[in-house]
Amino acid sequence: MSNSPALTVERPSAAPPPKRRASTTKRKQHLAAYLFLLPFFVVFITMLVVPLVYSGYLSLFESKLIGGEVFTGLGNYVRAITDPLFLEGLGRVGLFFIVQVPIMLGLALFFALALDSFRARGSKAIRLLIYMPYAVPAVVATLMWGYLYGPDFGPIAQISRAVGLGTPDFLSAENMLGSMMNIVTWEFVGYNMIIMYAALRSIPTELYEAAEIDGAGQFRLAWSIKIPAIRPAILLTIIFSVIGSFQLFAEPSLLSIIAPNVVINSYTPNFYAYNLAFVNQELNYAASIAFLLGIVIAVVSYIVQLGAQRRERRERGLS
Amino acid sequence: MGEGPGTPAPASEKKEEKVMRNAPRTALALGVGAVTTALLLSGCTPGGDSGDTTGPITDEQREEALSTPTELTFWTWVPDIENEVALFEEAYPEIDVTVENVGQGLVHYQKLRSAIEAGEGAPDVAQVEYQYIPSFVLPESLLDLTPYGADDLADGYVGWAWNQVSPGDEVWAIPQDVGPMGNLYREDILAAAGITEPPATYDDYAVAAKAVKDATGSYISNLGATQAGQMIGFFWQAGIKPFGYDGSETVKIDVNSAEAKEVATYWTELIQADLISTDVDFNDTWYQGLANGKYAGWLTAAWAPVFLQGTAESTSGLWRAAPLPQWSAGEEVSGNWGGSSDAVLASSENPIAAYELAKFINNDEESAMMLATEQFLYPPQVSVLEDPTFVDQQSEFYGGQEVNKLFAEISTTVDTDFEWVPFMDYVYSTYEETMGTVIADKGDIAAALDVWQDELVKYAEDQGFTVE
Repeated sequence: MSNSPALTVERPSAAPPPKRRASTTKRKQHLAAYLFLLPFFVVFITMLVVPLVYSGYLSLFESKLIGGEVFTGLGNYVRAITDPLFLEGLGRVGLFFIVQVPIMLGLALFFALALDSFRARGSKAIRLLIYMPYAVPAVVATLMWGYLYGPDFGPIAQISRAVGLGTPDFLSAENMLGSMMNIVTWEFVGYNMIIMYAALRSIPTELYEAAEIDGAGQFRLAWSIKIPAIRPAILLTIIFSVIGSFQLFAEPSLLSIIAPNVVINSYTPNFYAYNLAFVNQELNYAASIAFLLGIVIAVVSYIVQLGAQRRERRERGLS
Repeated sequence: MGEGPGTPAPASEKKEEKVMRNAPRTALALGVGAVTTALLLSGCTPGGDSGDTTGPITDEQREEALSTPTELTFWTWVPDIENEVALFEEAYPEIDVTVENVGQGLVHYQKLRSAIEAGEGAPDVAQVEYQYIPSFVLPESLLDLTPYGADDLADGYVGWAWNQVSPGDEVWAIPQDVGPMGNLYREDILAAAGITEPPATYDDYAVAAKAVKDATGSYISNLGATQAGQMIGFFWQAGIKPFGYDGSETVKIDVNSAEAKEVATYWTELIQADLISTDVDFNDTWYQGLANGKYAGWLTAAWAPVFLQGTAESTSGLWRAAPLPQWSAGEEVSGNWGGSSDAVLASSENPIAAYELAKFINNDEESAMMLATEQFLYPPQVSVLEDPTFVDQQSEFYGGQEVNKLFAEISTTVDTDFEWVPFMDYVYSTYEETMGTVIADKGDIAAALDVWQDELVKYAEDQGFTVE
């Protein structure tokens, strides 16, 4: 997929110098563009930038039940990076990311490739079925899984008992993270699959024909043409997953109702920030936790992207 | 949620509110959830003039306030309380009350605190559970009701309930319902184990627990692993005073006293012998356990008998009610678990009318009786507790027993002085983590009390309190 540099070089000299009249129309066009963008910027600034700045401001204070608000500078941040609960939660979502994301994206890629190769009737229905869990709100999904996991009346436990395997405890401290991974995987495989599938559909079919003439089978086709072609889409799903994993909230928040002794208030950083703000009434500290989490996500996303770019460059250099 | 109105919001209730989705979003968007709420939450200190507290309100002022067209807002999660409010509006046609249910338990308090901090949008009257009153007294969010004549109501209430709303000279709220604790048990299961009388002492209870487990496989009761309210109720019964608050900056935290550890050790032993289960309560598994005989009983509060009827319908007629087992034979003491009051917010612009609403709902004869017999809130008012239409009610679910009468008697045995700290949200949430995990794992509960104590003291000191 390398561009030939020779083509681009000619362009500047071919372009005629811009005329005056053209520039007025251009200005008009620019004005129109800004006008169209205005609604977005209004919402963006009022709903995102201002709260973000305000939250950053808040995170520099410490508020106590006795004595009120005092400026502490980076005190909250220092506290956060030495807070075992926060670090534990961060470790937990880190583990979640490392284990769950490859499984989820692997499955999504597999389904996308399978659907792409299998263009017979019925593939539409299957696509829809795989995608469907994503349409189920996370809240409902977690409640549903909470029931399925139930040790006494959950169907899984009942079947397991019926065949003499004992009662699996999906909600114990050891298994909880795995149970959450399962829920999230179930929910988001379809979503990621659709992204990859859409990318697959945009690959020009001539490439396949050429490969077929060269004698490539389906697997070779997938490995050497399809996957490299949709690499940007895969990268996108990885970035989404970084953010999703590190921001894990709905699942712990709902499962904590069923197993409050396992899913503690600091189970994930996001859940911790929420509980700090609303249970412990430590709003300022919660704001700094939220900021730190944001920084962690930005850094991890950047590393992922950097890794991908470096790899691409290396491959380009080789070819 | 299938809970009865007076039910203490089970600890689990609190987390289900705001839910973010694990959906893709930009890194920038992150933290915005916390941030926007931050916007709402911070801001000015509770504004508003807290009415004239220069002297008692005269009858004239009251007349005037009640005959001036006024709009009041009332935040409560009691179902159908519109009916009682309608009685109030009938009595005072100039006053228009809007009832709003903003959520139950912790969700309700979060919104209340946000509105108070924001300086606008707070109701005039709000339901507040007893243990949370100090957390609103601390930021001076509640109106002292003494100048409005609330002191005169004291005699109409069982003493310990009144002490909950008025630990000092001030009166912070009007009691609405209470939860004196008793023992609900399955007569048939206990009989199958040869036990014909409800265990009178905790020693008897332990013996009975063994007999029941051996004979029927049932647990004599379940100790909700994360249910701080129940454990604190047991402490209350045992005369333990784990908390205290002087109304300003000093708190007492003593959850790991020798007496508390005795109670803890008692339960530890039963749990480790597998005679008491420790399932988390107020969820489906637990409801099923009550209905299918996994638990042969429940040490619970006065709001529970009606609650249980809805949960374990199929076992109607098999249940009986009795007082809690006692620590020493011949004693008659109980604790309290749950219950609510109605408080007037300091920011209310119509404090007189607001006070009259809180008072009317819980004191008007018809309204108070309605709360007790239609919403099944267990009454703290002496007049209702003595009214034959209430106490002589026979309950089929309990084999025709006069359950209300029993709890009315129990109510007189509740220890009168029990206090809280102004951060019970935190106390309950750390209970889940320090105690809940240990109870669920059948560990040493007494040792967990030490950990809980340390966490609480640390938090209190971080928050600037002087810890006694």
